[in-house]
Amino acid sequence: MIDEETVRYVSNLAKIELKDDEVENYKNEFGKILEFFDQLDEIDPDVEPTYHVIPLKNVFRKDVPGKSLDRDEALKNARHKEEGYFKGPRVVE
Amino acid sequence: MITVGEWKERLENEKAYDLVSELIDRIRKSKLNAYITVTEDYALKLAENFDNGKKEGKLAGIPIAIKDNISTEGVRTTCASRMLENYTPPFDAHVVERLKKEGAIIIGKTNMDEFGMGTTTENSYFGVVRNPHDTKRVAGGSSGGSAAAIAGNETVLALGTDTGGSIRCPASFTGVYGLKPTYGLVSRYGLIAYANSLEQIGPMAGSIDDLGLLLEVIAGRDDRDSTNAGREFTYSPVSKKFRVGVIEEMQANAEVKEHFDSFVETLRKFADVEFVSLPSLKYALPAYYIIAMSEASSNLARYDGVRYGFSLENLDSWSRYFSKVRAEGFGTEVKRRIMMGSYALSAGYYGKYYLKALKVRTLVIEDFRRAFEKFDVLISPTMPSTAFRIGEIADPVTMYMADVNTTPINLAGLPALSMPIGESSGLPVGLQVIGNYFEENSVLGFAKAVEKNEV
Repeated sequence: MIDEETVRYVSNLAKIELKDDEVENYKNEFGKILEFFDQLDEIDPDVEPTYHVIPLKNVFRKDVPGKSLDRDEALKNARHKEEGYFKGPRVVE
Repeated sequence: MITVGEWKERLENEKAYDLVSELIDRIRKSKLNAYITVTEDYALKLAENFDNGKKEGKLAGIPIAIKDNISTEGVRTTCASRMLENYTPPFDAHVVERLKKEGAIIIGKTNMDEFGMGTTTENSYFGVVRNPHDTKRVAGGSSGGSAAAIAGNETVLALGTDTGGSIRCPASFTGVYGLKPTYGLVSRYGLIAYANSLEQIGPMAGSIDDLGLLLEVIAGRDDRDSTNAGREFTYSPVSKKFRVGVIEEMQANAEVKEHFDSFVETLRKFADVEFVSLPSLKYALPAYYIIAMSEASSNLARYDGVRYGFSLENLDSWSRYFSKVRAEGFGTEVKRRIMMGSYALSAGYYGKYYLKALKVRTLVIEDFRRAFEKFDVLISPTMPSTAFRIGEIADPVTMYMADVNTTPINLAGLPALSMPIGESSGLPVGLQVIGNYFEENSVLGFAKAVEKNEV
């Protein structure tokens, strides 16, 4: 079963802050969803996993300068910016 | 529903400007909530250009609505999320570039479940989409806005995206035509990612020919997408006596089953029909959800409130800021899937959930491969029921169960469409037609024969 501590651990992994009542709701729902996932315990397939149904290829371009977004366009959707740069939250406290 | 043919006929006698104005007026007065953004000025300018002689292209003068998770340069693209409420992409998706090149008139961005996560379009930050057949019911999800716009005569064509049935479900619930192409046929460049290995952009329309025409425009090589197969598509529907397999494991409630069984009986008079068992499908639904949620947890890690998307006024420490932005920017279902995906990928659970789900995917692919040695197309009901009432299903697992017939197709990456085969108590019933890899013309050919009552 899923307990409160597990929900808080997962919310920390996912970087989503949860309120206390949300923890309670998700605790119940996660239990039901994992029960649903546990149907796979019935089998142990001896086959290779399929990550992608078609072969993936690396896409290379020639190493020449091309068109890219200009600085104003790249910054257009950001709220915090300074002197032409994104301004992010503090990483080291 | 307005077909491309009917629209073109009207264009011979009327101005595109007037026709598009009429359409936009209908959208403005509509109660369906099919659109998040209507690009009125842009659409009218394109219509004016058409009237002034700019008529080149396969879709010249044809209105099209685009699901709001497909990037449109200069037009707000929200994914129906508070997280992207004010996001305006600086570039067009590959499919949008192609639509513009072929002269289509983009009239707006359609409502959807937030980030494509849902079966009803009730998970939209912009409110639920209503079903044109009964406005107390959902239009289906997640491309509910695109489907309702077609069924409600608020566009001629639309684009949707399908990760586990998100084109076929709303097509079934609203009685329109929707096709999920073979994985890799349509470039995903500019599609805001939810689950990379499963999702495809696809056409939605009011007829089979219109699906084929739109697929022809959007499919093709794109070197910017490493998951693109590099193949073009020319619409040329196959006409023949089809060998049809009816999938035993696909489910339906009593009313849908009665309708579907009677369809199969009619079909027997015109095609070779047999039942076929794909035993691995029993495990396809949980495997699908494990893979989709895992990929979602990784893809949606990009929403940190720094470069774009929802942000808070004050920057805090990185960890607290990131966690608060995502708490406020994402809706309940999105948070649920990100967290379950994080759990499935976390230390100690990778083998139990994610790796095993990928092995089930191999079994599903093998089952379909064997079936296609014998059959040209496989069929099933698209959805196990007709459209739900708004608010009818609150429990997430019960909601996930509704995707039982559509998700195996995404696991295998096959093409499949949904088309209407009549109504039950006034609500549309959808037929799912599944084809082998890149055999869209067989799927469309069979569907066309059904549409013309030749099968």
